[in-house]
Amino acid sequence: MATTTEFRTCPDTGLLFHKPAEKLMKANAVVAVVFLLVGGILGLLVGLTRWPAVHLLGDSDFYLTLTAHGINVLIFWIIFFEIAVLYFTSSTLLKCRLATPRMAWLGFALMLIGAVANNIAVFQGNSSVMFTSYVPMPADPLFYLSLILFAVGALIGCFVFLGTLVVARAERTYEGSIPLVTFGALTAAIIAIFTIASGAIILIPTFLWSVGLISNVDPIMYRVIWWAFGHSSQQINVAAMVAVWYAVAAVGFGAKPLSEKVSRAAFLLYILFLQLASAHHILVDPGISSTWKIFNTSYAMYLAVLASMIHGLTVPGSIEAAQRKRGFNKGLFEWLRKAPWGNPAFSGVFLSLIIFGFLGGISGVVMGTEQINLIIHNTIYVPGHFHATVAAGTTLAFMALTYWLVPVLFRRDLIMAGLAKWQPYIFGIGMSGVALFMMGAGTLGVPRRHWDIAFSGGAMTHDFPTTAYTLLGLMGVSVVLAVIGGGLFVLIIVSSLLFGKRKSMTQKSAESLIVEPVTSYQGVGIGKMVAPGTFVLALVFLTAFVLYYFVNWKYLSETWGIS
Amino acid sequence: MSTLAPPSERLWWKEPIEKVEILWIAIALSWGIVMFIMMPYWHVVGKQNLSNEAYKTTPEAFQKKAQAMVDKYTVRTEGERQFPVVRPPAGSDIYMVARLWDWWPIFELENGKSYRLHLSSMDWQHGFSLQPANINLQVLPGYEMVVTITPNKAGEYSVVCNEYCGIGHHKMVGKIYVKE
Ligand code: HEM
Ligand SMILES: [Cu+2]
Ligand SMILES: [Cu+2]
Repeated sequence: MATTTEFRTCPDTGLLFHKPAEKLMKANAVVAVVFLLVGGILGLLVGLTRWPAVHLLGDSDFYLTLTAHGINVLIFWIIFFEIAVLYFTSSTLLKCRLATPRMAWLGFALMLIGAVANNIAVFQGNSSVMFTSYVPMPADPLFYLSLILFAVGALIGCFVFLGTLVVARAERTYEGSIPLVTFGALTAAIIAIFTIASGAIILIPTFLWSVGLISNVDPIMYRVIWWAFGHSSQQINVAAMVAVWYAVAAVGFGAKPLSEKVSRAAFLLYILFLQLASAHHILVDPGISSTWKIFNTSYAMYLAVLASMIHGLTVPGSIEAAQRKRGFNKGLFEWLRKAPWGNPAFSGVFLSLIIFGFLGGISGVVMGTEQINLIIHNTIYVPGHFHATVAAGTTLAFMALTYWLVPVLFRRDLIMAGLAKWQPYIFGIGMSGVALFMMGAGTLGVPRRHWDIAFSGGAMTHDFPTTAYTLLGLMGVSVVLAVIGGGLFVLIIVSSLLFGKRKSMTQKSAESLIVEPVTSYQGVGIGKMVAPGTFVLALVFLTAFVLYYFVNWKYLSETWGIS
Repeated sequence: MSTLAPPSERLWWKEPIEKVEILWIAIALSWGIVMFIMMPYWHVVGKQNLSNEAYKTTPEAFQKKAQAMVDKYTVRTEGERQFPVVRPPAGSDIYMVARLWDWWPIFELENGKSYRLHLSSMDWQHGFSLQPANINLQVLPGYEMVVTITPNKAGEYSVVCNEYCGIGHHKMVGKIYVKE
């Protein structure tokens, strides 16, 4: 049993922090923000190069920078932060000591060494292979080895999380079932284990190939297994993001889920229906049967999409119901009008939800449709899609949570609180612009990962329509806005951690950091519906989805016949 | 209780579901089924479907077949590098080689006629992106993919590479001319 001196109770939220776990959360979160900073600067350089009027970097620098950008943000920023979330949702929410902090530090060290070594490999210049590192284009052996080290470290983090759940159960630190947010994190961890195993299965032979021990890695096999890692890991991000949505709904509004059953079942769908999600990435690859593709992208009824659509309703729905219970019960939208729009934890989550759903979700389903993928595959539409899901959706949700963690976990006052109010909007609008204009250019056929769509110096060239150039220019402007938003975040958080007024470890603060939980939604809403406003918003979403979906079938029908 | 604490109702799975949730799940599920049906439906009525015909091959074997076609049907050459322009008979098998950093050869096709296009790479992965028709296919070494294409408008088309393939990636452009 752990001794009580190893714990502290947060005077504001009543949360019980295990001190060794707290140190690990801080370390992982801080390192995550550093990688976001590095990756964000690289993103700026990449964006300014794809803005045709600026065209900042030279060709080989561009490909190097793009490789480094993708890995630093998509892998290092996101996963370091997710490990912090795993420790918070297990140790803190279950009021339990963290299982084996020493193993957790080992995992942290491996991840850090892997991340730094990978940057060294990329910046040395002969590993500009993009984060997908498709064979047989070779990278330095260190490139694969460093990613394997990082993966092993992350895997240790997942097992420490699972171990903590076991300890909590054995030591009876909580009663009944684990909290919904922990359940969401558990979903993420289970998917992560599957995912990282796939990553290892493909990266280890690729590493052996790069040092000459294996003569050949089959490119189709590589793509299928690599994407079992690459795509499924996006499901980790979605699950972690949704868990953060629920968490912020709880601390900001005292919201309880509309029903535990539905929200938990939706998390379960993520685990059950993602295994062969790599199908989305090989829809136009040679030799893969249509039956296999159709089945594995949809499981006959799009159950993973259904899960996200459910969370997309239940999170704002529970916020709405909680707001109504507090008295904002008038009409359809009083609850939304009276929401704390100046609180970056709330606005961050709300923007994350909207951008993830409307831009990321719809575009993802559309381009993951077997035939429609023909007009989208590998165009800049694809990065457009995932800047909406992971760069706006997940990243904004994590930023939002960080604003709350500064006083609660780090016990510091937020400084520049005035700027912090605006930060989620600047980043959210900038990133939406990046996503939308990339998608627009992609619809016109502009390729992704491409240094110069004017093809200067090529033996033959292609003239893209001027609209494509305009859209890339607008994307460039949005890039600048998004980077300002991201830069503000790093500035506010880092300076708060360094210079923010220290909060007492024992005394309650003046402002409240957690809202009293609502216990029942009885008597709120309109008619029999507790969340009618959210339902209307959901119908607006559905209308946009249906229209956009069929517009793309129309685009498809206008091109050459293929059979 | 909130989402941060264990459910206050220990038997939470017996709690009723909110009406708004049931309604939305029903709608979302129906929409999922519609989207699923669209894919097989398009295989029946649509004109844009991949056949998924493909073979294992080697760069040498594929290059040989392409060379034979080029020797037979070249009508002229273009540019400093004497790129062959090939006019194959309608309905025939045509071979396009992807290599660092060319699409070889150039084709001259007839509008409205069908051709069996074979694609394979000599080296790394490439992306066949036909512009402005915007048809995008993955091209891999060791695999020969066959698709039947039917141009629906005359004009000059470009094949842009949209799978990153090294430092010449942004110079890898090929041509297909479609004549009335
Ligand atoms: C901070 C602001 C950011 C800017 C300005 C930015 C901009 C860009 C641009 C312009 C591209 C190049 C697209 C192409 O040429 O194909 C790109 C690629 C990418 N970005 Fe970002 N991005 C940002 C943040 C993020 C974040 C937060 C993530 C993930 C969490 C992310 C993940 C990626 C990935 C995975 C790629 C693809 C790399 C590849 O194709 O190999 N970005 N980004
Ligand atoms: Cu290429
Ligand atoms: Cu290329």
